[in-house]
Amino acid sequence: MMRVAKIAAIGAAAVFAALFVGWWQVDGPGADSAPGKRSLPLTAMEFSLTDQDGRDVGPETLIGEPSLVFFGFTYCPDVCPTTLSDISGWLDEIGPDAEDVNTVFITVDPDRDTVETMAEYVSYFHPQIQGWTGLPDQIAAIADGFRVTYEKVEAENGEYTMNHTAGVFLFDATGRFVTTIDYHEPLEFAVPKIRRAMQNRTERAES
Amino acid sequence: MFKTFAKAIQSLSVAFLMGLPMASSAQQLSENASIVVESPWARASLGMSRPGGAYLTVRNEGSDQISLIGLRAEISGMASIHETRTNSDGVSSMAPADDIVIPPGGMFALEPGGYHAMLMQLQSPLVEGETFPLTLLFSDGTELEITVPVLGIGARGPEG
Ligand SMILES: [Cu+2]
Repeated sequence: MMRVAKIAAIGAAAVFAALFVGWWQVDGPGADSAPGKRSLPLTAMEFSLTDQDGRDVGPETLIGEPSLVFFGFTYCPDVCPTTLSDISGWLDEIGPDAEDVNTVFITVDPDRDTVETMAEYVSYFHPQIQGWTGLPDQIAAIADGFRVTYEKVEAENGEYTMNHTAGVFLFDATGRFVTTIDYHEPLEFAVPKIRRAMQNRTERAES
Repeated sequence: MFKTFAKAIQSLSVAFLMGLPMASSAQQLSENASIVVESPWARASLGMSRPGGAYLTVRNEGSDQISLIGLRAEISGMASIHETRTNSDGVSSMAPADDIVIPPGGMFALEPGGYHAMLMQLQSPLVEGETFPLTLLFSDGTELEITVPVLGIGARGPEG
């Protein structure tokens, strides 16, 4: 019995520590990412892509609701499915409140990732996740706006893989860049950041 | 015999305490029981043109240091261990890993965001619900064949 109490106490302390670190990173002195590499606001971007259903999409598709955007490619065995699984978990955690959050996976490998490929790939993750692809110059345009980099790299077997920025980008409903969630950042840090992007919408609606 | 039994009891009680399904903590041991592989899993693949990824934990219960030096799998024309790295600009890349040294009593996890078993040139798709054999190659000549269950594309860990 004592042992159970001890475990419970340790658990409570761990939760406290996690909450504190979360606060530190989100709102506290640890907030804000490297200046100069911040994404432009969506309102300052110009790009035209195609979603998984073949519809034309652009910055205007995202502005009006908070957005969560991630770059990757479907031939990616580790980082991309991990991130899409993480995103699915964050959306599940927030629940119905997150229903309006635009959640988009954008390929940096348009040569291989067709509309059909993107449609099938995103169907295995949270239903809210969209998959966008487009012409190489349009992918380059959106990556530039987000300050995202990507690069084709030869793999051992004569094929290629893509190095790419792996963070998740958050924007509020006005299209203002809020923050990024680092690759594989734990849920207890990621969820408050998403809530922050969503909160800005509420504040705006009330004012 | 007794040692094996004790170990089984131990892993059973650990799994029970943590509330994990038994399947995920199933251990696969080398012949001399000094190398233990736990919680292997792979993500289902989208057809055969994309590389597959698998994960597992290796424990060295022997008294000598060992290195995990490679992989072999019938399902893959080219299986190797890859390391994912994310640089200070947040750019991720993956590359073949160096030999993985595991000291006596130590463990090493291939897990999302770190190391993965990279299964290139898939000979057949990785289908959710199925399993496939994967052989781990060690520096002391040990070749340990394990059975890897295939989970969904959206799986987050050995529990799905
Ligand atoms: Cu790899």
